Amino acid sequence: MDVILEGILKAAQLLASLDSEVLGIALLSLKVSGLATLFSLVIGISVGTLVALTSFPGKKILVSVVNTGMGLPPVVVGLFVSIMLWRNGPLGYLELLYTPTAIVIAQTVIATPIVMGITIGAMQNLPANLRLQILALGATRRQMVMMLVREARLPLMAGVMAGFGGVISEVGASIMVGGNVRGYTRVLTTATVMETGRGNFDIAIALSVILLLFCFAVNYILTYIQQRERPR
Amino acid sequence: MTQQQNVLDLKGLRVDRGGVPVLDIPSFSLSENEFISLIGPNGAGKSTLLLSLLGLIKRSSGTVSYRGREIVNSADWLKVRRSIAMVLQEPLLFDATVFDNVASGLKIRGMGRGEIKSRVTSYLERFRLVDMAQRSARKLSGGEARRVSLARAFAVEPEVILFDEPFANLDPPTRQALTEDMDEVIRDRGIAAILVTHDQSEALRMSQRIVVMNGGRIVQEGPPAGVMNHPVNEFVANFVGMETILEGEVVGNRFQQMTVKVAGSEIDTVGEAQPGALVYCCIRPENVTVSTTTAGKKSSARNHFGGRVAGIASMGPFLKLRLDCGFPLTAYVTRESFAELALFEGKEIFASFKATSVHVIGRRAA
Repeated sequence: MDVILEGILKAAQLLASLDSEVLGIALLSLKVSGLATLFSLVIGISVGTLVALTSFPGKKILVSVVNTGMGLPPVVVGLFVSIMLWRNGPLGYLELLYTPTAIVIAQTVIATPIVMGITIGAMQNLPANLRLQILALGATRRQMVMMLVREARLPLMAGVMAGFGGVISEVGASIMVGGNVRGYTRVLTTATVMETGRGNFDIAIALSVILLLFCFAVNYILTYIQQRERPR
Repeated sequence: MTQQQNVLDLKGLRVDRGGVPVLDIPSFSLSENEFISLIGPNGAGKSTLLLSLLGLIKRSSGTVSYRGREIVNSADWLKVRRSIAMVLQEPLLFDATVFDNVASGLKIRGMGRGEIKSRVTSYLERFRLVDMAQRSARKLSGGEARRVSLARAFAVEPEVILFDEPFANLDPPTRQALTEDMDEVIRDRGIAAILVTHDQSEALRMSQRIVVMNGGRIVQEGPPAGVMNHPVNEFVANFVGMETILEGEVVGNRFQQMTVKVAGSEIDTVGEAQPGALVYCCIRPENVTVSTTTAGKKSSARNHFGGRVAGIASMGPFLKLRLDCGFPLTAYVTRESFAELALFEGKEIFASFKATSVHVIGRRAA
């Protein structure tokens, strides 16, 4: 029990003193996962909307693939991205392996199917005739798509939460493609794994608390927007 | 007299679904200021026809023209859709305030803020929605939501408006109020309209023309009284009902004892319409009594007309008589009465019916 109590006390000290290394790790996590979420939103919402609004042969298979992708194991993504970025790999010439960019790429791959799957679901849940009604109002196709996305905005926010929550807390891909290089590619999750392995529970707990705070903060903000938007 | 221009013209339209034709209409048109009611059973193709007029459904063949110009490409369609409004069965409001919903068509057209505000405000007033302008559309009752969807459609000030059963599943008073509001705007602005409806009296009251559809085809079209009184086949007859429908004009009203002039005769009815009002008198065949003497005149029935039997048709346990009293009238008699009165085609008879059994519905000038 002492381990935990001591750990929590030390963690509180670290947090209170704004330890520069801990702070750096936290900021990098936020930056990397924030960027990955942003990219996944751009790709996921646009492709997801396109898939939901058009019909083509093989659509059911594609949607199943996307839905499977929503639970993509991060280590598998880590492996795949590692191979792609490996020195002799197809994209090796970019020399991205063990850089923060590599983590952003891997996390984008993880978050995109999540956002895309939720987008497809949200768009397909809109009333079938809404498209006709919007077009009958004189909308161009572009205007129609924008209006449909607007109508689906609340479930889409759930997509943002799920995407960000998924990538900020994953560790497998980050450690494989980032390498946990101190002061360069070390993020909250990879640092937690390392410190725990070394028996430095105090630092590990401090990092975990920050991780939880991030998750909570993002979800709180989005829930707040949803509640304000949702008619009372 | 100038020839009335057609607003919409449809030629050789065919729509197939999975290789099966669901709509086959050689020609159909809507003229300026015209109000058409489209009736027919579910699956007759009424909604498909409306969607075809907006280019919102894939046609296998056929052309649609707007004011004489054929609609060819998507730019044409967009222009046409901005001149035609459509109200669907469900209100399909946006997740926004009532104001923003009514403004949506105007925003799509890129209208300026100030102009939108004044236009929306005037239509909110017109549809009695001012008090709920800032309310969320998701919190409205069924009737309120329909009202908003009507206001949204009219706010773009369309030249044509298409209604696909806009009042389905509403209680009668709400339905009545909405119909009146909609009718008023349509008349005020001289909008041409097509209404899909299952309500026969709604069709009679509002339209100059009734189009009956079945199985993707138009089976009959014409002025309401014509279609109702002279159905071309068994299907139309069963669908529009069996009532006699007479075009008339109110010539007197004293304490709601109304007199309606129909084809040179005067029919006593009850109602609130004032002299000069154009109406339909609807009389159900089971309410018409046939006799061979004037003895019936001593009853409480207010209407007695001499005439003759113009046609006899068997309806199982009873017979359907077509009577000619200067205007057409249909009556049911049992086989026993038929035998006792010794009726035959051409026989002189007296027909009577009560003032209270005449159902009076307002109508538009043809």
